Amino acid sequence: MNLGGRDWGSRLIMGTGGFRSLEQLEAALVASACEIVTVALRRIDANSTGPSPLETIDRLGLFVLPNTAGCYTAREAIRTARLAREAFATDWIKLEVIGDDRTLHPDPVELLSAAETLVAEGFTVLPYTSDDPILARRLEAVGCAAVMPLGSPIGAGRGIDNLHNIRLIVESAEVPVILDAGIGTASDAAQAMELGCDGVLIASAISRSDDPATMATAMRLAVEAGRHAHLAGRIPRRLHATASTPTAGLPDL
Amino acid sequence: MTTLVVNGERREVADGITVADVVGSLTAEQRGVAVALDGEVVPRSDWSTTRPAEGQQVEVLRAVQGG
Repeated sequence: MNLGGRDWGSRLIMGTGGFRSLEQLEAALVASACEIVTVALRRIDANSTGPSPLETIDRLGLFVLPNTAGCYTAREAIRTARLAREAFATDWIKLEVIGDDRTLHPDPVELLSAAETLVAEGFTVLPYTSDDPILARRLEAVGCAAVMPLGSPIGAGRGIDNLHNIRLIVESAEVPVILDAGIGTASDAAQAMELGCDGVLIASAISRSDDPATMATAMRLAVEAGRHAHLAGRIPRRLHATASTPTAGLPDL
Repeated sequence: MTTLVVNGERREVADGITVADVVGSLTAEQRGVAVALDGEVVPRSDWSTTRPAEGQQVEVLRAVQGG
């Protein structure tokens, strides 16, 4: 997958949120074979945020993709992105601008505004967006390096609520489409890839499963399976049966 | 003494304290740490020469797990 001007061997991007320990995080990262992982920025000393995952990520040689999680306005997100650039020495940013805390849906107006500013400042912007094909097009038009539509709300685990919208986004996007949020289990990830998404970003479905390393393995395989199925081209859905065994040469018994 | 708001809490600090001093009082880490002064990022190269003024807000951030 070419994303942000670089070639990547894995189409699975992992979020690091929700793991119960760094050991569990590490086991899942290894099992997933992902190359890109997200992290967030929070105040030092806020006890609730837990240990930093950075040492683990660096030791495994993974690429850090900082996010702007928790931002509700373009201004907050832009400032967070600038801080992330300083903290991690990267121009890449997973841009999240949330509209409300019940749905965690993106605020499209603030998102587009922040994306435009950050692209102008030289960031490689990967926006978490709703499944609206027009908004995806607008994000691409302002120079985002990918679009990352939700399948269903963050942590909802419903998979893809609106297959048609994801197909519409995939159909017209000329930048990679990464399905971000909503995946619940492996078949959801496979489905996203079958629809033609270039990759998936998964956090909760792995980190909050009973056995994150095993689920990370399942997701790795699902992403590969879905990608192959997409490339191979599925057969059409039909109402009636189509025999797979030839009828010619049937004996008269 | 100078009063700063560090990560949301008021703190009395010595006059002329630098951003590097404030960071050093919170963590020994460098990678994954970033500082904002009244919301604007302070580049790492300026930490040792930037002196927050009375009442300014200093946010010292680090990497945490997040999706």
